[in-house]
Amino acid sequence: MLNGGGPARRLEGVSDELLLAMHRSLVLLRTYDERSVVYHSQGRIGTYAIYRGHEAIQAGLVHALDETDWIFPSYRESAIGLLRGLPAATILQWWRGHPSGWWNPEEINVASLCVPIATQVPHAAGMAWGLRLKGSDAVAAVIFGDGATSEGAFHEGANIAAVTKAPLVLLCNNNQWAISTPLSSQTACIRLADKAIGYGMPALRVDGHDVLAVYEAVREGVLRAREGGGPTFVEAVTYRSAPHATADDPSLYIDPERVEEERERDCVSLYEEYLRGLGLLDQDLADAVREEARAVMRAGIEAAEAEEPADPALVFAHAYVAPPPDLARDFDELRRVHG
Amino acid sequence: MSAAALATRELLLVEAVNDALHVELARDESVMVLGEDVGRLGGVFRATAGLRDRFGPDRCVDTPLSEAGILGAAVGLCMAGWRPVVEMQYDAFSYPCLDQLITHVGRYRWRTGGRMAFPLVVRMPYGGGVRAPELHDDSPETYYVHTPGVKVVVPATPADAKGLLAAAIRDPDPVVVLEPKLVYRTARGSVPEGEHVVELGRARTARTGTDVTLVAWGAMVPLCERVADDLAGAASVEVLDLRSLKPLDEEAVLASVRRTGRCVVVQEAPRTCGFASEIAALLAERAILDLHGPVLRVTGFDVPYPYWQLEDWYMPSAERVSDAVRRVLAF
Repeated sequence: MLNGGGPARRLEGVSDELLLAMHRSLVLLRTYDERSVVYHSQGRIGTYAIYRGHEAIQAGLVHALDETDWIFPSYRESAIGLLRGLPAATILQWWRGHPSGWWNPEEINVASLCVPIATQVPHAAGMAWGLRLKGSDAVAAVIFGDGATSEGAFHEGANIAAVTKAPLVLLCNNNQWAISTPLSSQTACIRLADKAIGYGMPALRVDGHDVLAVYEAVREGVLRAREGGGPTFVEAVTYRSAPHATADDPSLYIDPERVEEERERDCVSLYEEYLRGLGLLDQDLADAVREEARAVMRAGIEAAEAEEPADPALVFAHAYVAPPPDLARDFDELRRVHG
Repeated sequence: MSAAALATRELLLVEAVNDALHVELARDESVMVLGEDVGRLGGVFRATAGLRDRFGPDRCVDTPLSEAGILGAAVGLCMAGWRPVVEMQYDAFSYPCLDQLITHVGRYRWRTGGRMAFPLVVRMPYGGGVRAPELHDDSPETYYVHTPGVKVVVPATPADAKGLLAAAIRDPDPVVVLEPKLVYRTARGSVPEGEHVVELGRARTARTGTDVTLVAWGAMVPLCERVADDLAGAASVEVLDLRSLKPLDEEAVLASVRRTGRCVVVQEAPRTCGFASEIAALLAERAILDLHGPVLRVTGFDVPYPYWQLEDWYMPSAERVSDAVRRVLAF
């Protein structure tokens, strides 16, 4: 769709308003990511998993869903809640290790961030299945990386989703690296989309730099899911042109020339070029959207840093609805010693 | 007490489990059962018999062979408003589900700052002595008790099998219910009809005595009761059935040992870091001056559960428990 200078094709059913909303989403996600790397270098947030270059996958997904549809992110999509109205401060607090980084998944229909690889896939399958059993027409989507397809949890979740005809979209961000392990060491499959055959599930493979291609593929999966056709696997092919996380040193394993090449195909720039071709974006609007995103981040980090230190009671709160009585005794003991 | 509350039926332990599931599924339409062979077959032990016919295939679901996937899906089902009751077919087949249990089931509520609840139940037959192939005999309670955010109960009688399972299903937190398969079809007792709930975290005095307290759970409770009978006349043995390992009824353990001054803890699981050690530590911390002798443990051994021609050497026997009682009395 975004073929770098060719004639701009319009996607059926996508209004100018939606095209511009996707742009704001891309820029907000990009700005969050760029600022987070800076905040980390300034010691203002902890270790941070970078997602530069994967904004199109996240924005394409969110815009293809209704707000009542559920999203099950991995830590790589830590900021996806921004697109559902989650304050930047909340996500920044998550990376600052502060309990105000907890959010209520039911308020934005975005599950908590999943840190272990692929284990959110069966959650999404169960949620989608459970929604269908309750008679809801909402669907669920789960997003994970190429390395996740080697995990048992991916296999078990995909299989259960297919068997129960769960209304689910499984969106794989194939950025071809799992920290330092290339896709060729991860799987003997040429295409990850082929894995779907083993579950009796249809699959689509798209350019993950192209927000409209991701949007179109997810939308197809969502339509199938809502009509009772069960889950769809979408492989979005990208490249991890940034370190895995702030603690990573990719110079030990990655080809810098390839990284440069991939950075040329940046998903935000490609999309802005497309919008310019349609006459929907000019420099003033682009600047305004960027400034709006920067303001969100300035307010976010300010609010996060202004927050009181976490209450020690939160060590004990929330593990149970009805906690075993010894937890209260442990807290009393802690207060006796530490005051 | 009303006439209705007195109505009871004589049931085997596994029948009491089945009764609880029928009552709870009828009572709350958000309760669903899922697991391997639980529907058409009614479970390999028939614990779920009749549920699929009565409540339909969406509330008693035959799942793929996928223990981690089943429990992971149950997390999502909770988020969609269900109260899933998951069956793991056997103790040792539950190990793949530890991944989901540790990384998500026990943590998800905490991770949402207490905004979401995960009222799911994992129930499974557990324990040895049944002449079964490898990995059908384990006592995995320690793994579950050691997982924050999860509660663990172990019934020893038919009435408790029903009441604790009902309490687990109604509890707002995740609960693991370990059912002693050795006595599934030998423990028979009167079980209240209709709704019957046994509060979590309350131990039961199975035998009163004054010389020594035997602390046990699951299939070790009837064993300890036999020992108490065998020693009648020689020693007055109290048997405390913990019923709930987490929350633990610490006061019941302390009160009993305060009276008897002696304690032997009996478990099938391997010794090291087993739950018996937790009871010994509790008594060391909070009852040291009440004790007339060391707290002894009679346990399985720190080896793989043996092939069944050797299992009677592994399982705590009446002889080993009696021997421990004599040693602590002679101390």
